[in-house]
Amino acid sequence: MAINWFKYSAPTTFYGLAGKMIPWFAISSAILFAAGLYLGFVVAPADAQQGEFYRIMFIHVPTAVLSMFLYLIMAGYAALGLIFNTRLSSMMATAIAPTGALFSFLALWTGALWGKPMWGAWWVWDARLTSELILLFLYLGFIALHASIDDPRRADRAAALLAIVGSVNVPIIYFSVQWWNTLHQGSTIKFSGTSMHIAMQQAMYVMLAACWLYAAAVVLSRVRSIILERERHTLWINELPEVRS
Amino acid sequence: MKKSTLFGLLVLVIRRDLVLAMRRRADVLTTLIFFVMVVSLFPLGVGPEMDMLRKMAAGVLWVAALLSSMLSLGRLFSADYLDGTLEQMMLAPQSLSMLVLGKMTAHWMVSGLPLVLMAPVLGLQFDMPVQSLGVLIVGLLLGTPVLSMVGAIGAALTLGLRGGGVLLSLLVLPLCIPVLIFGAGAVDAVSSGLSAASHLSLLGALLLLALVFTPWVTAQALRISME
Repeated sequence: MAINWFKYSAPTTFYGLAGKMIPWFAISSAILFAAGLYLGFVVAPADAQQGEFYRIMFIHVPTAVLSMFLYLIMAGYAALGLIFNTRLSSMMATAIAPTGALFSFLALWTGALWGKPMWGAWWVWDARLTSELILLFLYLGFIALHASIDDPRRADRAAALLAIVGSVNVPIIYFSVQWWNTLHQGSTIKFSGTSMHIAMQQAMYVMLAACWLYAAAVVLSRVRSIILERERHTLWINELPEVRS
Repeated sequence: MKKSTLFGLLVLVIRRDLVLAMRRRADVLTTLIFFVMVVSLFPLGVGPEMDMLRKMAAGVLWVAALLSSMLSLGRLFSADYLDGTLEQMMLAPQSLSMLVLGKMTAHWMVSGLPLVLMAPVLGLQFDMPVQSLGVLIVGLLLGTPVLSMVGAIGAALTLGLRGGGVLLSLLVLPLCIPVLIFGAGAVDAVSSGLSAASHLSLLGALLLLALVFTPWVTAQALRISME
């Protein structure tokens, strides 16, 4: 019997699968968050140069990594939706956007909290900070465009095109900002991660995994809501036990 | 209908849009006046010290150019959309990308070129040295077409939406940041005694990239918006 690879690309089947996967992602994310925070704030030693302040890194770095990856994943799903006209891909892209925006906001915020004791300023026009800010703008643009088009199909396609244009632009923006930065000011203090203590590394990886799992859980539950909203006129939705009751 | 070549088509669209723009000169002037006003507001806001103004001049002029090009973008497709011309253009056997390129070019000639011509006068208000003025003009000449072309993508995506103007700026401004950086950077490089060649080359590269990709992307965006 041939395996149907596309079985879960239909909202009908994916809705149930996502419902089954969410608790696993959520629980393992909670466990890893607890473990990562314990490792980061209790086990890992204080940094030689930055003292205790560096510990915000355990939240800052994973959120920053996630914000960038989620944009690429979002653009990937959006492109799939645009090319193959699969409803679910577009729904996934829509579901990822708020989480991505949240992570880039968190990265900026924790960056500011880190910057104040380290650089003496809440905000430095550093290349990374600036490109993270622009990334947040790109997320907001995607969400705003999607929200202001009433027809969901047109909204999906228009936002998908924007996400693709944005992802082509991201490297250009990144390098231009980096170059602009080096022309305008000397290099700011950067955390040299080359000789990180092993406990720090472990805490960081655990937190990174926790963030990934959190993102997966949240995105899947959001995509379930979107499926319910968009397919509310279909028969199978009205036969779901949670809809009937 | 006479079968026109691709280039003939381009000229035809540009000429048509220019004629339309010349019939409504107020629109063209409003953008230009906005540009002049925004630039003139900066000395009032930050104080009249010439040293500071000279340093700021390039950035202020570039940001003002960016903002005023956003203002006129909403009109790029909306009139044609409302009276059904756009639909006819999409039905036409000729390439939509070429038509779009023509519209972009006309838009730049109407909204970008006047800014480029006006910029040196405003630069003098900020006491910019002649050398910097020259680089500013070259930079604007290379950069403002990119603004029109990238902006056209946003204009096509937001076609016929409520609150389209603000949304358009929200979408397009982040994408235009590289142009701003290299444009203002070129002037900064000259005023600090370096060569502006690298910045201008990069602006030129952006222009070429935009020239290749944006007409096609805009055409796709129009198809999405019009279906």
